[in-house]
Amino acid sequence: MNLRIIKPKKENLYTYLALGIGLLSIGFIDIFSNTFLNLNITGFFPSIISYLTPLILGAFGLHLIRIEYSGNKTLDIINKNFNSSNFNAILSLIVIFILIKYVPPLLNWFIFDANFLGSTKEDCIGEGACWVFVRVWFNRFMYGMYPDAEQWRINISFLTLLSSIGLIFILPIKFKKYIILFLLFIFPLIALNLISGGIFGLEWIETGAWGGLSLTFIVSAFALIFCFPIGVFLALGRRSDLPAIRYSSIGFIELWRGVPLITVLFMSAVMFPMFLPDGTYMDKLMRVIIAITLFEAAYMAEVVRGGLQALPRGQYDAAKSLGMGYWRMHFLIIMPQALKLVIPGIANTFLALVKDTPLIFVVGLLELAGMIGLAKTNPKWLGMATEGYVFAALVFWIICFSMSRYSQNLEKKLSTER
Amino acid sequence: MSNIIELKNVNKWFDKFQVLKDINLEVKPKEKIVVCGPSGSGKSTLIRCINRLEEHQEGSIVVDGNEISENTKNIESIRAEVGMVFQQFNLFPHLSILDNCSLAPIWVKKLTKKQAEELAMENLRRVQIEDQAAKFPGQLSGGQQQRAAIARALCMEPKIMLFDEPTSALDPEMIKEVLDVMVDLAKGGMTMIVVTHEMGFAKEVADNMIFMDEGRIVERAKTNDFFENPKSDRTKLFLSQIL
Repeated sequence: MNLRIIKPKKENLYTYLALGIGLLSIGFIDIFSNTFLNLNITGFFPSIISYLTPLILGAFGLHLIRIEYSGNKTLDIINKNFNSSNFNAILSLIVIFILIKYVPPLLNWFIFDANFLGSTKEDCIGEGACWVFVRVWFNRFMYGMYPDAEQWRINISFLTLLSSIGLIFILPIKFKKYIILFLLFIFPLIALNLISGGIFGLEWIETGAWGGLSLTFIVSAFALIFCFPIGVFLALGRRSDLPAIRYSSIGFIELWRGVPLITVLFMSAVMFPMFLPDGTYMDKLMRVIIAITLFEAAYMAEVVRGGLQALPRGQYDAAKSLGMGYWRMHFLIIMPQALKLVIPGIANTFLALVKDTPLIFVVGLLELAGMIGLAKTNPKWLGMATEGYVFAALVFWIICFSMSRYSQNLEKKLSTER
Repeated sequence: MSNIIELKNVNKWFDKFQVLKDINLEVKPKEKIVVCGPSGSGKSTLIRCINRLEEHQEGSIVVDGNEISENTKNIESIRAEVGMVFQQFNLFPHLSILDNCSLAPIWVKKLTKKQAEELAMENLRRVQIEDQAAKFPGQLSGGQQQRAAIARALCMEPKIMLFDEPTSALDPEMIKEVLDVMVDLAKGGMTMIVVTHEMGFAKEVADNMIFMDEGRIVERAKTNDFFENPKSDRTKLFLSQIL
């Protein structure tokens, strides 16, 4: 017997529609009662059949309402998007059923059964998450061990950063470049001095006390700003005609790419001071930032090289034939195109960099994830690891997702294709 | 009149394969030379050697009094005087047509932005696409792109123009608009070396014809002589096949 016999036809549209929707509804009622009422209305079947009932009924129902060009707009949209064939219908149903079964418990844990109010672990009486933990520790998660009274310094730095970035989007192009120059060259110095203090009567706060999300931002921002140009020069170096430059670039890139970041950080903390002459001292945070920068620069170099290799030779020929030398050719013609091509790769490297920052815990610096690791071992807050790390994941996701969206916008904006 | 381009006994190899064999060529100012020959005969390599997009291993190439070799320090300033038009246009896709034309004048010839853009518009007008100035290369037809590429080369105000099969990548309909621009340019007195299979263009414009095969210049003759009584059998065969 072939399904063709029960192939729904347009002539009997409403009969099929009623039958199909009926079957589909029974399927959904079954899954809902299973999930929310703890009631198995198909319990009289053997367990495997009972388990698959909603899927079987739903698929059959969807088959009955699959009528092309039915004239009913809603039905046509459903058929086109969820129900274009039996296989697709089953896939759609499985996805919908999984969402119904597993999203509500997650939401319950996150919001409905969760505790938000209170100030100790004992205030968490519900079944869900204990967000009290995050609330109580929020200040530490943001600022680390930075003294409460001095936190305005971090706030001002980040407010300046955010408002300058905002200005870039608002102001006309003429002023934009000044703000970008300010952000790249002047702002980092101001922010660094403001946050570390020791001048203008500001209290000196050693970098060991820095921490939390603000440290995540500081490490990522400096590493991002510096790894990009270094990566570009390494990529050019690797393609250079001069053997000395080429081989040292290759050596540098392969050395840093071949070593795990955690080893690099460890070396920067433990081994590096041994190579410094006696009496000189380099701040721990500084060493860590340099280590991450060089590490990511090696990756950046390979990403940029990918872009360089994708450019047709004709672009080089054309630039040369117009009398451009090496640097003009690369910075006016080659790099703008190559970098545009590899925006997704650059974004990838940047995201990886941001997510690598928690590793600085190996040298005793605690950014967001590190602070959470510390807080969860506090005797008054034992057993809060899940809440803490879910919070960290959420924060990192928001940061990374915004970066990813920004890179996609940039790609669209710079596109000069037809 | 002294020669503006002089090649003496030029030999070139790609690894072990010899692409140019004993090339001797003199070009006088304002002379128009059309180079033809079967594919792989070394025509493109020959003209790419003249602005050192390719290196030659033996012999000497002198352009406008400057010997071109690996010791040439000011190769950029020589290239700035030799315009080149490519088969694949090679416009810069990230820049508008106007920027394509004004970029090199600004950065290489050190004109101000305003001067460079005026120069660019003047040359775009000359190739009749001034209305496309604000567009990007990807938005233009092939013929318009090639004309823009010619305008870009002209913006450097070169003494010599090299054309490397400028119409080979174009639809038949667009070939004429590009050839018209080139004929115009030739009548304006530009020194030109053109690699092309457009024999109509060659008859109209060229002072001298060069026929190349297997890396050698097989025949060099005045245009009329070349078409009416070619000397070598190879040339006769080639002409009989393309005319």
